[in-house]
Amino acid sequence: MDMQVKKKLGLKEKYALMTRNLGWEPSYEKREDVYPLLDYEGIKIHDWDKWEDPFRLTMDSYWKYQAEKERKLYAIIDAFNQNNGHLNVTDARYINAMKIFLSAVPSLEYNAHRGFARLGRHMGGVGPQVACQMQAIDEIRHCQTQIHSISNYNRFYNGIHDWKYMNDRLWYLSVPKSFFEDACSCGPFEFIIAIGFSFEYVLTNLVFVPFVSGAAYNGDMGTMTFGFSAQSDEARHMTLGLEVIKFMLEQDPANLPIVQKWIDKWTWRGVRLLTIVAMMMDYMLPKRVMSWKEAWEIYFEQNGMSLFKDLARYGIKVPDCVEQIKKEKDHLSHQAWTTFYAAAPMTNFHTWIPSDDELDWLSSKYPDTFDKYYRPRFEFFREQAEKGERFVNPNLPQLCQVCQIPMLFTEPDDPTQIAYRQVEHAGEKYHFCSDHCQHIFEHEPEKYVEAWLPVHQILQGNCFAKGDDPTAPDFNPIASVMKWWHLENGKDNGDFAGSEDEKNFAQWRGMATSNT
Amino acid sequence: MSNVFIALQTNEESRHIVEALLEDNPTAVVDEQPAMVKINVPGSLVLRRTTVEEKMGRPFDLQEMQVNLITLSGHVDEDEDEFRLSWND
Amino acid sequence: MQIDLRTVSIKPLRNTFDHLVRRFGDKPASRYQEGSYDIQADANLQYRPTWDPEHELHDPGRTAIVMADWYAFKDPRQYYYGAYTLARARQQESAESSFEFVESRGLLAQMDEATRALALAVLMPLRHAAWGANMNNTGMCADGYGTLITQPCMYHAMDNLGVAQYLTRLGLLLGDVTTLDAGREAWLNDVRWQPLRRLVEKTLVTQDWFELFVAQNFVLDGLLYPLIYEQFVDKHLNAHGGAGVSMLTAFMGEWHGETRRWIDSVIKIAAAESDANKALLTEWTRQWRGAAVEALSPIAQQALGDTAADVLATVDQSFNDRAAKLGLTL
Repeated sequence: MDMQVKKKLGLKEKYALMTRNLGWEPSYEKREDVYPLLDYEGIKIHDWDKWEDPFRLTMDSYWKYQAEKERKLYAIIDAFNQNNGHLNVTDARYINAMKIFLSAVPSLEYNAHRGFARLGRHMGGVGPQVACQMQAIDEIRHCQTQIHSISNYNRFYNGIHDWKYMNDRLWYLSVPKSFFEDACSCGPFEFIIAIGFSFEYVLTNLVFVPFVSGAAYNGDMGTMTFGFSAQSDEARHMTLGLEVIKFMLEQDPANLPIVQKWIDKWTWRGVRLLTIVAMMMDYMLPKRVMSWKEAWEIYFEQNGMSLFKDLARYGIKVPDCVEQIKKEKDHLSHQAWTTFYAAAPMTNFHTWIPSDDELDWLSSKYPDTFDKYYRPRFEFFREQAEKGERFVNPNLPQLCQVCQIPMLFTEPDDPTQIAYRQVEHAGEKYHFCSDHCQHIFEHEPEKYVEAWLPVHQILQGNCFAKGDDPTAPDFNPIASVMKWWHLENGKDNGDFAGSEDEKNFAQWRGMATSNT
Repeated sequence: MSNVFIALQTNEESRHIVEALLEDNPTAVVDEQPAMVKINVPGSLVLRRTTVEEKMGRPFDLQEMQVNLITLSGHVDEDEDEFRLSWND
Repeated sequence: MQIDLRTVSIKPLRNTFDHLVRRFGDKPASRYQEGSYDIQADANLQYRPTWDPEHELHDPGRTAIVMADWYAFKDPRQYYYGAYTLARARQQESAESSFEFVESRGLLAQMDEATRALALAVLMPLRHAAWGANMNNTGMCADGYGTLITQPCMYHAMDNLGVAQYLTRLGLLLGDVTTLDAGREAWLNDVRWQPLRRLVEKTLVTQDWFELFVAQNFVLDGLLYPLIYEQFVDKHLNAHGGAGVSMLTAFMGEWHGETRRWIDSVIKIAAAESDANKALLTEWTRQWRGAAVEALSPIAQQALGDTAADVLATVDQSFNDRAAKLGLTL
């Protein structure tokens, strides 16, 4: 072997040899047959080599660091479970936030996993392909660590015993399901804007940082650990999202209007999806770190806007919907919680009326709106409940054709008026919660007419339990639908007060603090 | 000027990384939250390997930060010696 | 007040999730089961994918293989992400010490120039073949149906990338950047490598993901790994002072042995499902095996010289035996 001293390669050079240097231009098959998904969305990429790798992890480092994270995470989950850590949470109402989390989030992560696998195969250059592949494998990690962390709650509490089955059926879970299935049914470039940029970069911090910090504050070490551990992968993913958007904008000026349209659409889609997180933060954490509004100001208004300012040099504009979003931050969580409270018989988690000091906290965090619009509503609910006439919305709600959320949002400039939009398409009427959802529909009506809207499906008779006869004289449609959802009436749903969860938690905790 | 930030899980290793960040970024502001610490810096931030090594008293690969990282904001640029975050606004 | 909760013995309300109780009975479930079974959405899918409007987002119709239950494909290794990563991290650590050992003891210097050149000539173009395998397995994860089979495809894809990167490190240790360039040049233009590249490119346009699984994981790598890592590196190079190279590719041999258990179980389960599946798998295996043996023969020739034909015949024979054991009649 010759003795000449080898030039030491830098991280960037070495990483390039470990990734993009592996690819080649096919010559026995046509490039467009090997990469058939690159053209149909209208995005023009002239030189895939201009791609800048955001993080430069080779597989050996990836395995090493991820294994270390996994070891730590599972050690904490095991310890938390072995020590009955669930009895150490501030109060059993908290566990209902975890029920929503398990019902909704692992399925999102799973679809992200499969979606990024598609991009890992179909992006046109090794650099972005490898980055997407790493994200694909990270996302199945998140799906599984969430299931594993929350699994122990299922052994002791009601509501999530059939979470996966419910995810494909239960009414409010069509909101996250349709969001991600919408993204996954897009072409590769729109998918990565939807998930990598709008969802990951602009929005997931709100789920995984303040909410998870709140979980820690409420004594849930398992959730704290998977949340932060997942978000550390998200840091890589967000960087990928940002890199992709820069890359597309730098490659061709004709990409700008397409990208802008996607940013507008997916910022709004994502914000609507986060409605439920707003409610979890303001109503479901017994001890609160910060209000939804405060978290929103830090992570969306400051951080998200820094991002848009940065992208302004490419001609990217702040999405129009941001104006409305700004107005809604004072209302969102309250409107969502009152809706779920009124729909309590139909949900797989418990609801409650905030206690007096919680109402005071909400008044102090939302001085412009809470006392004026929402506190009286909760006080009314409480009076009704005390009279034995617990308020329940007797009707199936109208759902928005795009975000699939019930019509619970008010007009941006009139918090007393429910917002309601309607469009006729091919002889049918379609309903929307907002101008922005309506515009999304109008751009792609052929896609959104396909939506599987739970309420429509129920009304069409597609959601009754097998064996039930809708023509029978004693047929109870609501009972039959609940059975089809696998919702155990009287255990999974309704008020927290008087629930089996409440009773068990108090009893088990009592066993720990007394000698009897 | 927008802030860049980096958030780390609160633990022994992160403590050294935070010390290094504060030393290398005089305008840094620490924001302590339950179980996490967030460092905000106007415009841009740098983490130097040598500074972390000095604090830890052992060799440190900047990619090790992955293990304790929670989230960040800004454009990332990393090599063996420095991890940088910045906004171009 | 921190209360001591360890002392509390409480009886759980249930053992695990209902979908697992329906499959396995009412008992505690493993992490593999919780994290894998029925995880993919399989009802009320919302929109037709724009990239494949003929099918639903997750659709069993993307292959001609038909299964009554796509969750029949239990991975014998029971890899979920955590188990997978821990296994690879251990292997990574041992590969790391092999690289250090070989480097610090100057083990590569024991090879003569001709052997070193031969090792590089054979191994460097395979970086690109491994990248092809990575793309294919990533594609199978995207197109496949049911987490039990798509999940290990993603792990396999990352392993393929790991193999390409270990080969790159080997090249840089045994040579330098120009060594990698030479391998690339051979992959693109050397006549001996064109049949293999042609075959790999054909896999990249193969639409049926299960056929692709057969072509890539069962047939092509089922022939290539024994030929290259067992016969060429561990036997031939080892006999010519190349023990160092053998240490640097230990990951590949071990990995092939481990992943083979999974690949075999997939083929076996699909073949046992129906005669139609068995006929398809047999047909695919026969076609791709013929093409793969042909594509590998000039490479075997380059690697092993006079003994090439015999060695390749042995490798082919043991592949056929393996296929027969899994229920295929070639």
